[in-house]
Amino acid sequence: MKTNDLAGRIPWTLVVFLAALAVPWLGSRYDVFLATQIAISGLFAVSLNLLLGTTGLVSFGHVAYFGIGAYVCGILMKTYAMPFSIALPAAALGAAFASLVFGFFCVRLTRIYFAMLSLAFSQIIWAIAYKWNDVTGGDQGLPDVPYPDLDWMNSIPLLGDLRIAGQFYVVSLVVVGLSLAAMRRIINSPFGRILTTIRENAERASAIGVDVRRYELAAFVVAGGFAGIAGALFGIFSRGVFSDYVFWPKSAEVMIMTILGGIDHFWGPVVGAATLVLLNQEITSYTEYWSFVLGTILLVLLFAFPGGIVGGLSAGFAWLRRKRGRAISPDARRLEATGAETTSVEVKRA
Amino acid sequence: MLEVKGLSKSFGGFRAVSDVNLAVAEGEIAAVIGPNGAGKSTLFNLITGHLQPTAGRVVVDGRDITGVAPFKICGMGMGRSFQRTNIFPKLTVLENVQAAFLIHRGQGPNFWSRSERLYRTESEALLASIGLAAQAWTTAGTLSYGNQKQLELGIALASDPKILLLDEPTAGMSATETHESIALIARIARERGLTLLFTEHDMAVVFSIAQKIAVLHQGRIIAHGDPATVRADAEVRRVYLGDH
Ligand SMILES: Nc1ncnc2c1ncn2[C@@H]1O[C@H](COP(=O)(O)OP(=O)(O)OP(=O)(O)O)[C@@H](O)[C@H]1O
Ligand SMILES: [Mg+2]
Repeated sequence: MKTNDLAGRIPWTLVVFLAALAVPWLGSRYDVFLATQIAISGLFAVSLNLLLGTTGLVSFGHVAYFGIGAYVCGILMKTYAMPFSIALPAAALGAAFASLVFGFFCVRLTRIYFAMLSLAFSQIIWAIAYKWNDVTGGDQGLPDVPYPDLDWMNSIPLLGDLRIAGQFYVVSLVVVGLSLAAMRRIINSPFGRILTTIRENAERASAIGVDVRRYELAAFVVAGGFAGIAGALFGIFSRGVFSDYVFWPKSAEVMIMTILGGIDHFWGPVVGAATLVLLNQEITSYTEYWSFVLGTILLVLLFAFPGGIVGGLSAGFAWLRRKRGRAISPDARRLEATGAETTSVEVKRA
Repeated sequence: MLEVKGLSKSFGGFRAVSDVNLAVAEGEIAAVIGPNGAGKSTLFNLITGHLQPTAGRVVVDGRDITGVAPFKICGMGMGRSFQRTNIFPKLTVLENVQAAFLIHRGQGPNFWSRSERLYRTESEALLASIGLAAQAWTTAGTLSYGNQKQLELGIALASDPKILLLDEPTAGMSATETHESIALIARIARERGLTLLFTEHDMAVVFSIAQKIAVLHQGRIIAHGDPATVRADAEVRRVYLGDH
């Protein structure tokens, strides 16, 4: 019981964040490369999960907003030499605005058509990115998007020791961390609770006074905006924006990350993103049949953990705790019973 | 308070509700009865905006609400429960009613406060009044059928309705549960001064609390009035009450 309390008191989010922050100093260049990719994909997947897990909307075109963010940021920074501090918010706003326009039509349709229309819109964005040579660079893409100006970091101890990729990783991690904190707050807010009522039972939600379409649209816009932030970071990280970034397989990839990690938990998509990025790297370096091996591993994982990795783990822990609870002495149980508040919280989470 | 004028609904060529007229006065407890498939649920769905009528009007407090979206109708003070139990199954019992408080009190666009702390007292008090205080932290979907029906009543009450429509509030309950549940509904309706319109198959229940009864048969009202009048009606006895 004591260890349990202790484990409960550690601010795990902060620990993970600090551990992730230490990567550029403790890890290799390759580790930084992987960590940046995980952080950005994690944000992208969490933004999708606002639709999938929280609101119950299946969007097959989420990559459109990721791509728009990447292009807006890339074009502003490369073509117009704008600073990152303007390009990043512009990317979020641009993606959110596109979500508003497309979402307006999508939320008017029922579930399966919503999924199809969201996919259709993302293909339109892809076609535009692919053809509009003057602005997006067409099939050549937009290479050499510059890094933000991070010279100010050089005068700061520790940060000054890092290469630009490491410094950009730190910036990305902070942006991702703040975005995740904001999204967590939104999910736990009254607005977020209303979204869960729509997921649970849209008919009932409308009968308690929820304007279902409007809330779905709001969720779509928020999710799109955060996907835009992830896209903006990704364009800089990969030193260019290409039409592949808005192609539908990327939508499928982020969907896999989200489901693999677990849609019922806030951190599920981040775990899914980390798992997929690492698996991808490992397997591609061992075998040329990597997509086959990856597919098989994913199938096994999905069958073993129907609630995703995080869902499976938390079910496992709950089971262990129950098993141990039965073994504790009556005294300890009485103690536990007096802590009525903690038990109720546990029940709530389960 | 609630007036239904010449309301009709056709599904394809089939007239599920045809030319129904109904008036429920403020504070009245009224029942719609009729055999299976008579059109009771369809009538309710027409009133609450879940279905669009083919013809006719629905008027509340002198305001025409025909064809208005369900979420707006709820905002005008009309709450309802559904025949097939309709709750938020993966949320806790407390969260179910809390969500209704949140939306009703205009907290929906609030992106930033922590929802779990809002309207806790109100939600707990409401749960206590419908006898679900002990189950506050239970996942709603795991409640017994009877308790889910009760929770649905709680969800409807959280938006503080003036008119409450209950579609078979005791369907599937045991005799004792039905009895308790009806006593509860009658008490709450009286305490809150609610205008209540409900459907029910158990005639003992209907005649025990309804002040006014309308009998629906094949989409038409064949009789209406106080319980005594309806019970004595020859047509009603023939098509419906015959075996009671
Ligand atoms: N969406 C629909 N499409 C087609 N027919 C429908 C639809 N909804 C209801 N009906 C038909 O309309 C008739 C009335 O149905 P309704 O559910 O209103 O009856 P009810 O009086 O509530 O019956 P019960 O006592 O079984 O609940 C039935 O014959 C039903 O099959
Ligand atoms: Mg019915």
